Amino acid sequence: MSETLEITLPSKIGSVEEVATAAEEFVASRGLGDEMAYAVDMAVREAVANAVKHGNKLDDSKNVEVTLADTGDAIKVTVRDHGAGFDVEGVPDPTDPEHLLCTNGRGILFMRSFMDEVEWANAPGGGLMVKMSKVKK
Amino acid sequence: MSDITITERQAGDVTIVDLEGKVTIGEGSVALRTTIRRLLGEGKNKILLNLAGVGYIDSSGIGELVSSFTAVKKEGGTLKLLKLTQKIQDLLAITKLLTVFDVYDDEGEALSSYN
Repeated sequence: MSETLEITLPSKIGSVEEVATAAEEFVASRGLGDEMAYAVDMAVREAVANAVKHGNKLDDSKNVEVTLADTGDAIKVTVRDHGAGFDVEGVPDPTDPEHLLCTNGRGILFMRSFMDEVEWANAPGGGLMVKMSKVKK
Repeated sequence: MSDITITERQAGDVTIVDLEGKVTIGEGSVALRTTIRRLLGEGKNKILLNLAGVGYIDSSGIGELVSSFTAVKKEGGTLKLLKLTQKIQDLLAITKLLTVFDVYDDEGEALSSYN
């Protein structure tokens, strides 16, 4: 079984389910258990949804590139879009009472809740890349 | 094939909406939104969402629960949640939405709470 899985998808809402299922299967196939599979599935789903909607703005001529890697002690994920980027720190805290009833803006919270590390960087050649990792238990 | 099945039951003036499957970005969230808006259009504004059969929900689905809650409230009604799975309960805790929704484990108790 390969230790790395690379997936390139168009910026369509349907891509989110496709890549999340592949991520869950990648983790499950490595015998890492349901909890790890669920966490990676959720984080990938939210990162790809952000890339499709907010990064590439549903422009299906722009791809989203996802890499999953088993590094031995952790599962590492990168999700890269080709958009103009955004200020992660500028996203309001959805648990703030003022924002509790907002209908969106919880994806980053979920990514941070389910993964051990989440960071954003400008990708070489443009676009935004989110890198996430979760240590195996 | 849809990832979600939505059925409705009437208990007095409360509409129980049984959800089965995934409430995620795209079809699942849209199906829930369509159902709630239709019920409101029919004048049904006491709604109990039974989430026992929901195996997966993402941030879009959580957003749709919030959107449904506020849409029903705006129409003078009440939307409550029934039978959260552990995963959904955890997500509502992370998002602090357990402080917003009325949540019940028992259907009879939930129905009585509308009186």
